Amino acid sequence: MNTNSNIYTFIYASVLVVVVAALLSFTAIKLQPIQEQNIRIEKMQNILSSVGIESSVEQAEEMFNKFITKDIVINTKADKVEGQKAFDLNLKKEYKKSEETRFLPAFEATLDDGSKKIIIPLLGKGLWGPVWGYVSFNEDFNTIYGATFDHKSETPGLGADINKSWFEDQFKGKTIFDGEKLTSITIHKGGKGAAAIANNTEHGVDAISGGTITCKGVEEMIKDCLLNYEPYLNNNRSK
Amino acid sequence: MSTKNLKLITNPLNIDNPITIQVLGICSALAVTVKLEPAVVMSISVLFVMAFANVIISLLRNTIPSRIRIIVQLVIIASLVILVDQVLKAFAYDVSKQLSVFVGLIITNCIIMGRLEAFALGNKPWPSFLDGVGNSAGYGMILILVAFIRELFGSGSVWGFQVIPEGFYEFGYANNGLMILPPMALIVVGIVIWVQRARTRELIEA
Repeated sequence: MNTNSNIYTFIYASVLVVVVAALLSFTAIKLQPIQEQNIRIEKMQNILSSVGIESSVEQAEEMFNKFITKDIVINTKADKVEGQKAFDLNLKKEYKKSEETRFLPAFEATLDDGSKKIIIPLLGKGLWGPVWGYVSFNEDFNTIYGATFDHKSETPGLGADINKSWFEDQFKGKTIFDGEKLTSITIHKGGKGAAAIANNTEHGVDAISGGTITCKGVEEMIKDCLLNYEPYLNNNRSK
Repeated sequence: MSTKNLKLITNPLNIDNPITIQVLGICSALAVTVKLEPAVVMSISVLFVMAFANVIISLLRNTIPSRIRIIVQLVIIASLVILVDQVLKAFAYDVSKQLSVFVGLIITNCIIMGRLEAFALGNKPWPSFLDGVGNSAGYGMILILVAFIRELFGSGSVWGFQVIPEGFYEFGYANNGLMILPPMALIVVGIVIWVQRARTRELIEA
């Protein structure tokens, strides 16, 4: 057979493309439920780890139901919104909406010692792609109890280290309010000890050397997201 | 295994190495060698994709119209990569998260296309499979070596574990920030090529 004729080439290309397309869409559809479940579980693990609970893939769902006792949805004026599930809200879509129609998710965790923590999800931009995370506060709605960050495609060894515990642990015990003002957290450039040099140990942490732009992204993410929650935090804050 | 087949595996490791001799696949060698772990993940994925793409192209070799052979090769590589990515997302989610950035890089890896074009189009499936395994092993070997050097001197760690003792830093030792940047990958590859050329008799040009 002449494999170089035009007709043969056309037929060959069409058949190949149809076969490949069918194969790929079949796999994608078949595997979609499993993939979505993985993403849900990862989200649960992230939320749990912001209050210092590490969970395995198998236990995540069970532990999530045990520790996350309340699911809060508010608007930017701090009014409670009914009929929405905080876990199912898509943060990216919410932040695209105008402020008046925006729904803000939050979670309340009750730890083994009975203390309650409030968890706020974050979403922002790093150097190469999105960064996100969860930050949890003590009952004073001011002191950070824990934070967890992750990223899509930051530079390995530099910006990508925002999801390492040595970076996340720095946020513990920092406060976001300075008197009446929401100062959020400042990330100081200059590696280890930079926050101390800048004399800002209360609201400041050290950036990752070589990961400045990612760190700036994290800083802006925390500030921008928390500003939405400011009325809510203010209402509940023990002054 | 015959000597001829064995050569298909051993040659790319040394005298026909895709990176150091053919100077292919440099782009991904720059991108994933900052740390050892992504380099290993990348090597394994390339091994898988290259071996199977070679076999598939070799099976189809007599039917492929030569005018669109490059497109056919790309379609096969791209669908294999997407297939792998989908399966990993479902069954090995952690691995897939690390790999996500590199999936695109596998499709554009010129070694894969190069082997399909140079070998699989003209050989039977079994030798093609061996050729794929050999070349990706040669590629992975250099990748892992470069990543080891860059991670050790750039971050002071190996596979994420700190190996340079804290005490060194107190005496003024500092991680070499240049190692983390892409140009250093080229320089390290260059040094590897130099050492290899100097030590291998077959490669010394008169």
